[in-house]
Amino acid sequence: MSLLAVQNLSLSFGGLKAVDDVSFSIEPGEVYAVIGPNGAGKSTLLNMISRFYHPSRGEILHDGKSLLECDASEIPARGIARTFQNIELFERATVLQNLLVGRQVHNTVPDWRQFVFTPDIMRAEREHRRKVEEIIDFLEIAHYRDMHVSGLPYGVCKKVELARALAVEPELLLLDEPASGLNPEETEEMGFWIDDIRRDLKITVLMIEHDMSLVDEVADRVLVLANGRVLTEGKFDDVKSHPDVVRAYLGETL
Amino acid sequence: MTDFLQLLIVGISQGCIYGLIALGFVLIYKATEMVNFAQGEMMVVGSFIAWTFVVGMGFNFWVGLSAAMVVMAVFGFLLDAAVVRRIIGQPQFSVVILTIGIGIILRAGSGMVWGNQPLTMPTPFPGNSEFFGAVVGNERLAIIGTTVLLIGGLVLFFRCSRWGVALMASSQNQLAALYSGIPVRFVFSAVWAGAAVISTIAGTMLAPITLIEPLNSFLGIKAFAAAVIGGFHSITGAIAGGVLIGVVEAFAGAYLPGARETIGYIIMFAVLIAWPGGLFGRAHRKKV
Repeated sequence: MSLLAVQNLSLSFGGLKAVDDVSFSIEPGEVYAVIGPNGAGKSTLLNMISRFYHPSRGEILHDGKSLLECDASEIPARGIARTFQNIELFERATVLQNLLVGRQVHNTVPDWRQFVFTPDIMRAEREHRRKVEEIIDFLEIAHYRDMHVSGLPYGVCKKVELARALAVEPELLLLDEPASGLNPEETEEMGFWIDDIRRDLKITVLMIEHDMSLVDEVADRVLVLANGRVLTEGKFDDVKSHPDVVRAYLGETL
Repeated sequence: MTDFLQLLIVGISQGCIYGLIALGFVLIYKATEMVNFAQGEMMVVGSFIAWTFVVGMGFNFWVGLSAAMVVMAVFGFLLDAAVVRRIIGQPQFSVVILTIGIGIILRAGSGMVWGNQPLTMPTPFPGNSEFFGAVVGNERLAIIGTTVLLIGGLVLFFRCSRWGVALMASSQNQLAALYSGIPVRFVFSAVWAGAAVISTIAGTMLAPITLIEPLNSFLGIKAFAAAVIGGFHSITGAIAGGVLIGVVEAFAGAYLPGARETIGYIIMFAVLIAWPGGLFGRAHRKKV
């Protein structure tokens, strides 16, 4: 069974069909990229999967169960984490605190007992801390652990956001333009992380990306959107020479 | 010396009331970036409801206060969930008008239900205490004690409980909080409930001293000044701002008659000129 199946998904904003009858499915363990020119509906698609927008038509199945009855805040508990194009972090908190908030879905201590530090709560807290330290090591951000996010460089913030998503321990990771704003070296590094996330952490990745070098490097399959519709789907090498894709990116006259 | 001590304690207790109402302003502002100008009116409605339970129905003071807190928690929660939330995304100005409007409705409404004549409330703390010759009513000491306990509890709540952390996270970044699994909308409504409960405590503790009438809601404006002095962001700031205004007012009442009602705002202006971010404010400069 597919990990994520998107079926005939549509969403209109007024008269504009932002996403129009899009269907695809993602198998466990793959890196799936969605590409397309600006305004193609990529972010809208991701925002529907993460339940920020409600589709006007269609269905989203995760592990065979509909995601549409979930509220956005219930998405992490379903094993789905996401990052944002413009980095959304807790600016006045440290890197460590940001990651610990990401652990909150795994906090199973009953509310009334939070004030009493019984041994089992201490043990649970230590376990969260250990998990977070693993992620910090994994993404090599130990140097920034106790620094406030507001002062960190953009590239590091991008990694911290990825780290917080990993702290959720998702089975599906949604990345909204992981390479945007990064320089070529950082983009290449991001490619290595995504590879490691798939291989070592066994997390399935759905990403939106404009940087074709990154897509070429990490994506198993690519979905091309234009004007809200699916143009084609397949391996990057096949997709990039597809005449419709060339036309969508370069225009009709060529 | 005796006079000094007496004025100081009375001022602190009055300031604690301002501080508690200011706390309502700060909590809601910190979480949702909205200023609730109906905070003083929520205090009045809370104390009227407590009066209904205690005097009208004859319950014990504490039972009546607790019941009023529950009623006001539900009221605050629903006010946000049903009314205020709808205005998210509109300009700040709409929020200001909306909450001022809610305030007017609450003030006029409480006058219609409970009347505009002051109502008396019995105190569970009768008698006076003496400190080095200064005689202070026990109900004033109770206000100070309650405030200290409440602040202690709140600080503990923010540091140690999951919901406290969820609230701080939601106030810093709603999207990041949402996708860390925090039900942000619920948290915001819960903050409104909390602010309503705190003002109910303030209003009910004050009731035996000042009587209860719709006009008490104007304490909300002084509390607003207290919140501004404290920087509008910190719990300590709100209480400190309130106590500062309360103490200065008490002394002005004794030594500068006539300046009593204005002195609080004069302090606010002075603080804003010297420290634009408030005494406990953080510097917010836009990074370019």
